[in-house]
Amino acid sequence: MRELTYRDALREALREEMVRDKTVFLLGEDIGRYWSGAFKVTKGLAEEFGDERVRDTPISESAIIGVAVGAAITGMRPVAEIMFGDLTTLAMDQICNQAAKICYMFGGQTTVPLVVRTPFGAGVNIASHHSQSLEAWFMHTPGLLVAAPSTPFDAKGLLKTAIRGNNPVMFFEHKLLYPIKGEVPEDDYTIPFGVADVKIEGEDATIFATLYMVHKALAAANELRKQGISVEVIDPKTLVPLDKQAIIKSVKKTGRIVIVTEDCKTAGVSAEVAAIVAEEALDYLDAPIKRVAEPDTPIPFSPPLEQFVIPNEKTIIKAVKEVL
Amino acid sequence: MPTKEKLIEMYRQILRIRHFEEKVYELYGQNLVPGTIHLYVGQEAVAAGVCANLRKDDYITSTHRGHGHCIAKGADLRKVMAEILGRKTGYCKGKGGSMHIADFSIGMLGATAVVGAGIPIAVGAGLSIRLRGTDQVVAGFFGDGASNQGTFHESINMAAIWSLPVIFVCENNLYAMGTRQSVVMKIENIADRAVAYGIPGVTVDGNDVLAVYEATEDAVDRARHGEGPTLIECKTYRHKGHSRFDPATYRPKAEVEEWLKKDPIPRFKAKLQEMQMLTKQEAEKLEQEVILAVEEAVKFGTESPFPAPEEALENVYA
Ligand SMILES: Cc1ncc(C[n+]2csc(CCOP(=O)(O)OP(=O)(O)O)c2C)c(N)n1
Ligand SMILES: [Mg+2]
Repeated sequence: MRELTYRDALREALREEMVRDKTVFLLGEDIGRYWSGAFKVTKGLAEEFGDERVRDTPISESAIIGVAVGAAITGMRPVAEIMFGDLTTLAMDQICNQAAKICYMFGGQTTVPLVVRTPFGAGVNIASHHSQSLEAWFMHTPGLLVAAPSTPFDAKGLLKTAIRGNNPVMFFEHKLLYPIKGEVPEDDYTIPFGVADVKIEGEDATIFATLYMVHKALAAANELRKQGISVEVIDPKTLVPLDKQAIIKSVKKTGRIVIVTEDCKTAGVSAEVAAIVAEEALDYLDAPIKRVAEPDTPIPFSPPLEQFVIPNEKTIIKAVKEVL
Repeated sequence: MPTKEKLIEMYRQILRIRHFEEKVYELYGQNLVPGTIHLYVGQEAVAAGVCANLRKDDYITSTHRGHGHCIAKGADLRKVMAEILGRKTGYCKGKGGSMHIADFSIGMLGATAVVGAGIPIAVGAGLSIRLRGTDQVVAGFFGDGASNQGTFHESINMAAIWSLPVIFVCENNLYAMGTRQSVVMKIENIADRAVAYGIPGVTVDGNDVLAVYEATEDAVDRARHGEGPTLIECKTYRHKGHSRFDPATYRPKAEVEEWLKKDPIPRFKAKLQEMQMLTKQEAEKLEQEVILAVEEAVKFGTESPFPAPEEALENVYA
């Protein structure tokens, strides 16, 4: 099958949805013909669809999302780009109080078919304002859906589902994923939210991992296999809805779970997954739940400091061995 | 007209910034600078002209393009360089890097990489000055792009109604990344926005050190005497791309050439010589001193150790 980068797969989804549905349009800072997005996801789209549908905005995150909400409740399907995930903080009211609550608060009279695309993640030495992973904040806000694709295939299929759906979707990408390649079919396909993937099957322990950590978990699993340890790796693909059954099923099989996420440990994604396992699968556990996550610090700049706080293959392997 | 001593000091500062930035660029090419960089080359007259009016105990806030602000406010080149190189001896012990340098001992309240986020912080420092009853002032630096954030409008309004000692310094280098000012604003002069908040707004040639100096002198004078904030827009241009890999192809060649001709450094040098304030020999000597100081900063930075990994866990709380 044909291979595409994660970046190109996202672009293909945007492009095909814009061709398919005239109400789909893009807005964000420097996404147009002059810069093509900070990570070049929107390259060529302004040239193809024009500046009206691929709209460069002022640096005004709060208004970008607010404007997208306004368009979404009046018949359009905006896809807003926030240049860095850290900068969703500037639009928190519009995301969490407006977009998330409009359907509920107004008794279901309207829907908010909005997608907010933004990259998270550390690893490129751009310090505390450009490197965070804040998925948990949005999981904590009822009314939002949260996607977190780890492969080009998932990126394209989930983005199409997000655009076609009628709920506001926080669509989280990862800076280090943009250049990675993977198989992507040429035909139109969508991927349902709330269905996890078992990336590799195993017997001895389960690793739950998200976004870029899926790749580190797979590398760790490969290494462990050489040492005779068989690990099952689960990628939820979407965090809201979260495929609890897949997690529980795997834990029932292996009796052990290591949860690997790049966000901070306290009240993070890993805390929610651990709670689910504790509530619903405790009896099947043969060892305590283990979490590998960012220690509770901002992301530092200097390479040795930054590498220290990001989970890696070694810390994952160590954690797996601790639960065996 | 500033004193001869002030004039020479400003010349020294713009040279220090220029040589420092060119060196950072060079080190970047040698893979010694982690992450990204936003160079101040071309905009030196703004930081130098503004900071020449400030006392050591006055404050500034800064941006992602902040090396020049730090240097002009009097920061130690060695510690700025060490921070940019991610070393333990840097101002922030390697935690901040190029986009987040601070030196509280000289009133440099820090650079934020969130565009527009420094503006209300400057106003907060102004409020603190008022409440503590001192005669300090604060200069908040930000770009043309930042002036489209809500924080710009909310902050200036607050400083205006409370008559706070704040100088809002908008460095209009005509672009925010690849976005031309005209794509995101209907107005040509950002200083016009001052009218909406009932404060003075002035637009000056940001590549003319003296013009920046004089506009700031008035603003600082008013601020120190309780007459409230001023918005100063400095029209300028960055000589290089926005950041690391940006070839800046979105800028017309002719425009770039036009602005390179307006380079603040040769302009100011010619002016000083015309005013007979600087002889050729003095200029050469001064430049040599600056080059040596920058070399020393590079030596200090590159020879300094990286922080130990576990230091990542320190300073999260006081
Ligand atoms: C709130 C926010 N939005 C977007 C960005 C990404 N970004 C970094 S610099 C920049 C352009 C800033 O333009 P301007 O304020 O004119 O400053 P200049 O870079 O020209 O000095 C953008 C969009 C950011 N860092 N923070
Ligand atoms: Mg600018």
